Amino acid sequence: MSELVEVVHLTKRYLTNAALADISFQLPEGHIMGLLGPNGSGKTTLMKILGGLLYPTSGSVFIDGVQPGIQTKARVSFLPDVNQLNRWMSVGEAGDFFHDFYADFEPQRFEGLLKVMGLRPEQKISSLSKGMIEKARLSLVFARKARLYILDEPFGGLDPLARRQILDALVADFRSDASMLVSTQMVGEVERFFDDVVFLGSGSIVLSGDAEDLRAQRNASIEEIYREVYGHVETRQI
Amino acid sequence: MEFNDKAPIYVQIMDLIKQRIASGELKVGEQLPSVRDLAGQLVVNPNTVQRAYVELEREGYVDTQRGTGTFVLGDRGAVDRLRERLACSAVEACVATLRSLGYSPDEIAALAAAAAREAQP
Repeated sequence: MSELVEVVHLTKRYLTNAALADISFQLPEGHIMGLLGPNGSGKTTLMKILGGLLYPTSGSVFIDGVQPGIQTKARVSFLPDVNQLNRWMSVGEAGDFFHDFYADFEPQRFEGLLKVMGLRPEQKISSLSKGMIEKARLSLVFARKARLYILDEPFGGLDPLARRQILDALVADFRSDASMLVSTQMVGEVERFFDDVVFLGSGSIVLSGDAEDLRAQRNASIEEIYREVYGHVETRQI
Repeated sequence: MEFNDKAPIYVQIMDLIKQRIASGELKVGEQLPSVRDLAGQLVVNPNTVQRAYVELEREGYVDTQRGTGTFVLGDRGAVDRLRERLACSAVEACVATLRSLGYSPDEIAALAAAAAREAQP
């Protein structure tokens, strides 16, 4: 199995403050990876670098062997942590916009996803609730036939039923030639979808590995391992 | 299906399939659901179901034929042995719990007999 994403000694500093310090890991093709960690641990910075929105201070990142740029943006479907849609657009117009931008956008798939999510193309973004905007954004991201999906907190504003809908759609559409990197605080609810997990703490990898192996080794769920990992960090600091 | 997230999920899927083979729900020669279908039903990562199928094949319970699917292997004897093994491990777990509560072997036997009678339809 080949590695779709390779992160090698990646460091990112904002002025003097290190957001990521010497991070290395690989994401194999066909795998779903959970990126876990408390607020401020560097998850969003890492995802933005992979999405080509931020540049590394040092170290390198490869997607399909290529450093993030125009070429990778055509293959990476990125869900940022904040709403990127223009509020004056309708849901359908946002789809047209994506269709113009990305060659891998599939309008039929988008229509299908909107139906599943209970959205209509003529609805204005500005008229939608936070949760509905979230669903529209996810529909746009999943309507692309990308190599890599980067989802930064995809379950933020969603109710439990909607989260389940998204997970169902995710399983149904999952392709073995694509990979997914997902950050979330809903560890317990989503952990059974992860092939691999990376735990970030203060910009470094605290723990990483195959999710099933970690469960077997520690006789604990990923959520429990999460509490164990970051519980220690906090008590050490105090 | 409810999973216990403390144990590897692929092992739990293997147990589920073994149980269905032992109970006769899945017959020898019968085709298992496709990886994608079962992943959809259980709402888990398809790779996890794939891993369960590979491990079941390694243990000799199923056979995957490229392009056609995964089928239950074995004969009546193998199914009976599997059924017995599952029964034994269930009883062992139950006995261990009761022993830790301080029950004697005779008391455990009496409790088991009473429970079995009550469970009769």
